[in-house]
Amino acid sequence: MLTRSREASREALVYLGGISSLTAQTVRQTFRRPFPVHLLMVQFDQIGVRSLSIVAITALFIGMVLALQTAYSLADFGGKLFIGKVVSLSLVRELAPVLMSLMVGGRVGAGITAEIGTMKVTEQIDALRALATNPVRKLVVPKVLATTLMLPLLTVIACALGIAGGLIIAVANLNLSANFYMRSVITTLHYNDIASGVGKTFFFGFVIALIACYNGLQTSGGADGVGRATTATVVTASISILILDFFLTKLFLLIT
Amino acid sequence: MSENSTVTDRREFTRETTDRRSHARDVFVSFVDVHKAYGRKKVLQGASLDVYRGEVLVILGGSGTGKSVTLRHMLGLEAPDAGRVIVEGQDITDYEEEDLYEVRKKFGMLFQSGALFDSMSVADNIAYPLKEHTSLSEEERRALVKEKLELVNLPDSENLMPVDLSGGMRKRVGLARAVVLNPTVILYDEPTTGLDPITAHKINELILGLQSKLNVTSVVVTHDIQSAFTVGDRIAFLNEGVFEWVGTMQEARASENQMLRDFLKASAVVSAQPV
Repeated sequence: MLTRSREASREALVYLGGISSLTAQTVRQTFRRPFPVHLLMVQFDQIGVRSLSIVAITALFIGMVLALQTAYSLADFGGKLFIGKVVSLSLVRELAPVLMSLMVGGRVGAGITAEIGTMKVTEQIDALRALATNPVRKLVVPKVLATTLMLPLLTVIACALGIAGGLIIAVANLNLSANFYMRSVITTLHYNDIASGVGKTFFFGFVIALIACYNGLQTSGGADGVGRATTATVVTASISILILDFFLTKLFLLIT
Repeated sequence: MSENSTVTDRREFTRETTDRRSHARDVFVSFVDVHKAYGRKKVLQGASLDVYRGEVLVILGGSGTGKSVTLRHMLGLEAPDAGRVIVEGQDITDYEEEDLYEVRKKFGMLFQSGALFDSMSVADNIAYPLKEHTSLSEEERRALVKEKLELVNLPDSENLMPVDLSGGMRKRVGLARAVVLNPTVILYDEPTTGLDPITAHKINELILGLQSKLNVTSVVVTHDIQSAFTVGDRIAFLNEGVFEWVGTMQEARASENQMLRDFLKASAVVSAQPV
């Protein structure tokens, strides 16, 4: 029992050390010239543009469900009138950043680990190194930068679509006027709500991509290894987002 | 105790055979008492070896004896736990990753699986080192790619993707990519493994052809005896983490070393077996 927990602690420390080392290398390589602009553009498309549909569907339906649930649960207190407030605040401050990060973490994180992991087990990473090129610069930097910059953008889109989803329910189901709902949203939301919500996603994006790249680079053992690494990425990234969300929320409450 | 003394004896023997020859010839890569372990598995346990300029050295040994690990140490893809790796007089053992780039440009490596980049066409795979390390124009790169594809007998296959290629073709494209920067040394990791006898023979001819056309030093890792005797000038026999025997092909045939004799005998029997 003791041996097992000692072994688990050692593995956790090795993992943290590996992630820290990859972070340092990524930051160092980001500032090396010439910057791989073409590779970054490809990743913007892969990570940002191709995540749009999943983000749009998720956000729209979350907004709609939130409006319905709010109207139902606060019916005794005249909850209908607060729908704009509840939907916009909960979406912008918490639900859109965390849920979009979890969705993108699943989609993008798994994709990154599978791609890099397959390259690792088929010796393509070694080939990059043997050809005197740096895999961190070629693979990790564009993916980390693209995820860090695209996730906040996707979150902004998700917030807008979620609020639109709430609007649909407010007008079609609850007989509120669109004008009333939108005025309620605009008067409720402040800059610090948006800064807190969207600000967190820069950190989430960075962490998702780093975990995914690290697990990919550590993959061994063929197709089975790639499968295990991909699963590990989804689990680790999801847990990290939820834990990080708590601390970032506390931090943003202090500074905004 | 007795195991330790056996390993020491073998090291002494290897050093002796290596030293005898190194007086006259120019050493390109040198391994000095290299140790490497992965967890509890000790792979190299004091391996010493010299690779001479212009020769084809075949590293022979059973599966899992550390042949590929030896190649990876030459390129600096792995660092030894103890011992030194010296390339053209430079001790690269403690080099940082970025310091190794200049050293790696002297090498071309053919990986066991070809290690082609899946997302790139054949032409882009071969042109990759040119894009990274030269300022050649698109047209000049295209001409060089065409030339190297002809060198490996794969003309007009520029637009194919790696997924469209057979095992032998992948190795040939991998070889074209390995030689595109005109390296001084070519490392071959199991170049004929998994290929049918005719394709394996073609790869052997290709290695010999490149040797004469490019005038390079080659290190071939294999457990294919036929391939070893076809392409090699010298054999280094790796067993239990040390180079147990090093010598020319003729010396290998007449060697008294029991392990090498057993290995050659077993391989000859296996290759003579009807399939």
